[in-house]
Amino acid sequence: MMSQATLQPARAMDNPACRAIVGDMRHDADILIVGGGLNGPCLALACAQAGLSSIVIDALPAQAQMGADFDGRSYALALASVRMLGALGLWEGLRDHAQPIHQIKASDGRAGEGAAPFFLHFDSAELEEGPMGHMMEDRHLRRAVQEAMAQNPLITHRPGATVVAQSSEGAARVTLDTGEIVTGAILIGADGRKSGTAARAGIKRTGWDYGQTALVCAIAHEKPHEGIAHQFFMPPGPLAILPLPGNRSSIVWSETHADARRLMAGSDAEFLDHLRPRFGDFLGEISLAGRRYSYPLNLTIANAFIADRLALVGDAAHGVHPIAGQGLNLGLRDVGALAEVLADATRRGEDIAAPDVLARYQSWRRFDTAALALATDGVNRLFSNDNPALRLIRDIGMGAVSAVPALRRAFMREAAGLTGDVPRLLQGRAL
Amino acid sequence: MAEVNQTVDSGEIAKFEAMAAEWWDPNGKFKPLHMLNPTRLDYITRQIAAEFGRDLKAQKPFEGLRILDIGCGGGLLSEPMARLGATVVGADAAPRNIPVAQIHAEQSGLTIDYRHTTAEALAAAGEQFDVVLNMEVVEHVADPLAYLTACQQLLKPGGLMICSTINRNPKSFLMAIIGAEYVMRWLPKGTHEWQKFITPDELYELIRQAGLDPVDRKGFVFNKLLWRWSISDWDLSVNYVTASVKRG
Repeated sequence: MMSQATLQPARAMDNPACRAIVGDMRHDADILIVGGGLNGPCLALACAQAGLSSIVIDALPAQAQMGADFDGRSYALALASVRMLGALGLWEGLRDHAQPIHQIKASDGRAGEGAAPFFLHFDSAELEEGPMGHMMEDRHLRRAVQEAMAQNPLITHRPGATVVAQSSEGAARVTLDTGEIVTGAILIGADGRKSGTAARAGIKRTGWDYGQTALVCAIAHEKPHEGIAHQFFMPPGPLAILPLPGNRSSIVWSETHADARRLMAGSDAEFLDHLRPRFGDFLGEISLAGRRYSYPLNLTIANAFIADRLALVGDAAHGVHPIAGQGLNLGLRDVGALAEVLADATRRGEDIAAPDVLARYQSWRRFDTAALALATDGVNRLFSNDNPALRLIRDIGMGAVSAVPALRRAFMREAAGLTGDVPRLLQGRAL
Repeated sequence: MAEVNQTVDSGEIAKFEAMAAEWWDPNGKFKPLHMLNPTRLDYITRQIAAEFGRDLKAQKPFEGLRILDIGCGGGLLSEPMARLGATVVGADAAPRNIPVAQIHAEQSGLTIDYRHTTAEALAAAGEQFDVVLNMEVVEHVADPLAYLTACQQLLKPGGLMICSTINRNPKSFLMAIIGAEYVMRWLPKGTHEWQKFITPDELYELIRQAGLDPVDRKGFVFNKLLWRWSISDWDLSVNYVTASVKRG
C-alpha cells in the first residue's frame, strides 16, 4: 500500500503540502474489529477516545440486534466493569436498569436438601467502594453500545457482514462475504470462543470440557431479593441466583451434560419442578421470565493473544467457566488494557501495529487470564464434588474466609476487579 | 539522500531492506534499544509538549515543529516524531544507515529527510530546528563541548535539546559495559568506553558552556522484575536524560 507520494524525493517533505498524505490515509480505518457483541464495540468506543478510528464487522444483521424484549440473558458486572462503562460514557444511561448486588451468600448444598446454612457471606457494606457489582440485562447493555457506536464519527458499524479471508502483509486486510476488502493497521478478533479470526491466523487453542452444561434463565419470584446474590454449591455443579430489577432473578444452573439435555428437552413446568427443590422457597413461588438457554461449560484459551497485526480480546482469547460471572468482566479488562496500550503507543508516535506494541498487551493480559482460569477451574472442581474429604476442606476454608474480615474484603475486591494492574478505563479514568 | 532509489542497484536494496527489518525487529540485534524506546519516547514527547504547549491527545500534536534526530540509526525516534506530525531530519554519521532508515520510512508511509551528515556540518550549513534529539550520542564523540556547541547552534531561539547518556561510576561500569556488553550480550563488546561516560553534573556544566540552559534531568531505570524501563526522578546512576532550552 505504498502510495506514490511517499516515493517522492525526501526533501519534499519540508513542503507542508506533502504532509497531508502522511499516516492515517493508507487504511480504511486504524482498527478492524471482528465481532459486534459487547467487547468489540466497547473496544471501538475506547479507541475512539484516543482518536483511533475503527470498523466493527458484525455477523448479526442490524434488525436482530435491537430486540427490546427481555430474553433472559444478563450479566453480573464487576465494579471495575461498571467504572469502565462510566468512562466510556455508557453508565449514565444504564444506571436505572441496573440492580446493585449488595451481598453475596455462598453455601454448600445437596439437591433435595436445599441449601445448608450460609457459611460464606460477602457484604458490600464492608467495601468502601460500594456495591461489588451490578446485574444488567443483555438487551440494555447491547442497545447502549449500539447507540453509542452509531453516534461516534470514528466508528463504522458493518452489521450483517461476515469475514471470509484475512491477511497481514503490509496491512491488516479482511475480505467480506460480499467480496469487499477492508484494510486497517491492525485486526482485532472479538468474535467469541470459536473465533474465526484466531483460527485464520493459525492460533491454536488449549482447553478442556467440564462435563457440565450451564442452564441459564430468568425467573420471577414472589418475595423481594433485597439485592442479595446466592451461590449454592451442589455436587453436579453450582447454582447461582443473581438479583435483577424488580422481583426477578437470573439463574445460572450447572448440571451434567446428560441431565442438562433432559431438562432443556422438558417443558417449562418440568424445568421449574426440578429447579424448585434446588432453589428452596426463600423467595416464594417462582416462574420463568424469558427464554431458557444452555451453554456447555468448557475452558478454552488461545495459545497466543496476538499475531502479526492481530490481537484477540474476550472469549476469542479465553472462554472461562462462567461460575463467578467473570466472562464479560475479563473481556472488558482485555478491552481496557488493549485500548490503553494502543492509546499510549499513539501518543508516543509508535506504530500501533508494531510487534512490540502488541506484545505489551499480551504480556499484560495473559498472566491474569491464566491465573483466573485456573482459579475458577479449581473452585469448580473443589465444589462440584461430593467427596467427604473435599467437603471438609471447603467447610474449613470457607469458615476461615468468613471469620477473617480482611480475607473477606480481599475476596470481594478480587471479585469486583479492583486488584492487580488495573487498566485506566477500569478505574473509571479517561484514557 | 533523495536519490537513493535511483542510484543503488536492486541487490543493494534487498540488503537494505533486510537491514531495515533487522533494525526494527524488537527481538533482534537492537532489542535493548527497542526495550528502552517507549520510555525514551515518553520523556521526549512530554518535554516537547510542555515546551511548545502541545496536547499529546490531539491529532498530530507536533505539526509545525522541525526536529533533528542526531544518530538516527534505523529511525527508531525519527519515525514516531514524524507520525506525531513533526517535520523530521534524521542524521547519521554511518552512511549505510541512511538508505536503511529511508526504506523503512517508506514502508511505514512516512516522509523523513534522512541525511548522511553530522551535527557540526548541519550547523555550518546554517540549519535551524525547534528540537534537537541527541540521544546516546555524546558518550561516543571525541570532543563533547564542540559537539554540544554545534547542537546549540542548530536550535532556534526558544528551541529544546533532549540529551541522554550514561553516568560514570562503578555501577554504570558494571551495568552498561559488563552487564550489557559481556553478560547479556545486548550490545557488541567495545560499544562503550567507560572513560567517555559523563556524570549528570558534568553534562549540565558542558551544556551551560555550550550556551544552553539545562532545565530537567531524569533517570532511565531498568526494572529487572517487570523487565522494562521506567523514568525515575532520583536514580540517575546509569542511564539518564536531560532537557535544555536555548533562551531566545
